[in-house]
Amino acid sequence: MLKMQNIHTYYDNIHALKGINLNINKGEIVTLIGSNGAGKTTTLGTITGLLKPKEGKILYNDEDITCVQPGHIVKKGISLSPEGREVFPQLTVFDNLKLGAYTRSDKKEIDQSYEMVYELFPRLFERKTQIAKTLSGGEQQMLAIGRALMSKPEILLLDEPSLGLSPNLVLLIFELIKDINKLGMTILLVEQNAKMALKVADRGYVLETGKIIIEGNAKELLNDDRVKQAYLGNL
Amino acid sequence: MISQLIFDGLTLGMVYALVAVGYSLVFGILRLVNFSHGSVYAFGAHIAMVVVVTMGYGLIWGLCASIIVTGLLGVAIDKISLEPLRKKKSKQISALITTIGISYIIQNSLMIIFGSESKWFPKIFDLGIIKIGSVSLKSTQVGIFLTSLALLLILSYVIHYTKIGLAMRAIEQNSKAASLMGIDVNQVVSFTFFLGGASAAIAGTLISGYYQVINPQMGFIVGLKAFSAAVLGGIGILHGAVVGGVLVGLSESFAANYLGGGYRDAIAFLILIIVLILKPTGLFGKKHIEKV
Repeated sequence: MLKMQNIHTYYDNIHALKGINLNINKGEIVTLIGSNGAGKTTTLGTITGLLKPKEGKILYNDEDITCVQPGHIVKKGISLSPEGREVFPQLTVFDNLKLGAYTRSDKKEIDQSYEMVYELFPRLFERKTQIAKTLSGGEQQMLAIGRALMSKPEILLLDEPSLGLSPNLVLLIFELIKDINKLGMTILLVEQNAKMALKVADRGYVLETGKIIIEGNAKELLNDDRVKQAYLGNL
Repeated sequence: MISQLIFDGLTLGMVYALVAVGYSLVFGILRLVNFSHGSVYAFGAHIAMVVVVTMGYGLIWGLCASIIVTGLLGVAIDKISLEPLRKKKSKQISALITTIGISYIIQNSLMIIFGSESKWFPKIFDLGIIKIGSVSLKSTQVGIFLTSLALLLILSYVIHYTKIGLAMRAIEQNSKAASLMGIDVNQVVSFTFFLGGASAAIAGTLISGYYQVINPQMGFIVGLKAFSAAVLGGIGILHGAVVGGVLVGLSESFAANYLGGGYRDAIAFLILIIVLILKPTGLFGKKHIEKV
C-alpha cells in the first residue's frame, strides 16, 4: 500500500535518511523503532510532505507521492498524529477535531467520524467544549490521534504516542491502537518504547542513524538478540 | 459638551479600530508587524477618490472598488515580497524591513500619480444633524460609527464562525500542525492580507469623507496610531484592537479639547507608553510562553 524506495533526506547538509526502504501492507500495524536521532520522525516528515527527499520514491497505492504538498497527502488518505501532540492549545476539543476534517466536505460522513472518535475516546466527548491546553497529557494524545482520524485516513501515522505518558496510560494508548487497527485502519507506529511497539505490531523495522538495520516479523524481532541488546535491555 | 467629545472620540476610535485590526490579523498569523499598512490605508482612500470624485460614481461604488482593489494590493504585497522570504526561511527582521520599504514604495507611487498636495473628498453620510434627546449628533459621525461597527462585527463573525476563520486561528496557534491538517497556509495568509487591506480601505475612505481631505501621506500618522491601538489592546487579539482603537480615539478627542490641538497626536502614544510599562502584553494580551 505504501512503499518507500531508497529515500535520502537531508536537513541542509545533514544526511538524515540514508536510503530507506519500507513497505506497509493494507491492514497491518507496522512499527518503526530506533533511538533518538535515528531518523524516525524524519521518515514520517518525508512521507507527509513536510520534508522533501533528495533521492528516492514514495509510492502510495502505486501512485508517486514523493513531492506532494502536505495538504494533498491528507486528502489522499495519509494522516499523521505528530510527535509531541501539537494540538491547537487555545481551541476547543471540538474545533481541534473539526480541523482534522478540514479537507472533507461531506457533512454526513464527517458526523460519522465524530461518532467514531467519541466512541474510541469517550473522554474527548466529555471534554468537547474545553480548550485543548487544559487537557492532561494523555487526553491531549487522544485528541491528537482523534484529530488525525477525522480526515478519514487509510493509513494512520503515529509519532511516539506513548511519549511522556504514565505506564498505565501507555498501556491504554497501545490498546486503543489495536482497536483502531481492528476498525480496518493501517497503522505505521513510530516508537522509542520498542518492547510495547513490537508487542502490538505485525512487523517491525529497526532504524539506526538513517538506515534500516533490521526488519522482520514483530514477534521475531522481540526475540532478536541484536534488538534486545540495543533497545530492550536484558529481559 | 462631554457627550459630544465622547462621540467624536468614538467615531475616530472605530476607524482606528478598523486599521488596528489589520495589524492584529497579520501579526496573529505571521508574528510580523506589517508597517506597510498605513500606506495601504492611504492607497484605499485614493482608489475611493478616483471612483467617487474623478469618475463621479456614488460612495457605495467607491467603497466597493476600494475594498476589492486594496484587498488585492494586500495580497500582492504578501505574494510578491513576503512569501518568497518565508520560503527562504529568512529572519523576521528582513520581513519587517521589507514592509517598511513597501510602505515607501506605495506612498511615493501615490505622490507620482496623484501629486503630493491635499485633495478634496466629498463629505459622506451628509444628512444634517440628528437629535436624540438633548444630544445632537452629526449624521456623518453616526454613519461612520455604524459602518465601522458593522464591519468589525462581520470580521469577528468571519474569524470565529467560518471555516477559513478557524483555519486562521489554527495557523496562529500552530502553523505546522495546521498544514498537517491539509490547510493551505499561504492561501490563508493571502486571505488575511485581503481582509487587512479591505478594512484599511474602508477606514481610509471613511476618514477622507470625515475630514474631506486626502493626501498620500495621510496613512503615516494614522498607521502609527492604529499600531499603538493594536499594541495597547494586546496585538494579535481582535477585540483588543477594537478597545485599543476606541481608547486612542477618545484620548485624542479629549486631549484636543482640554490640552489644545498640538497634543492630540501625542496623547495616544503617552497612553501607550504608560500601559506598556504597567502591562507589557497590552490590556487583553496573554503571556506568550515559547515552548522549545
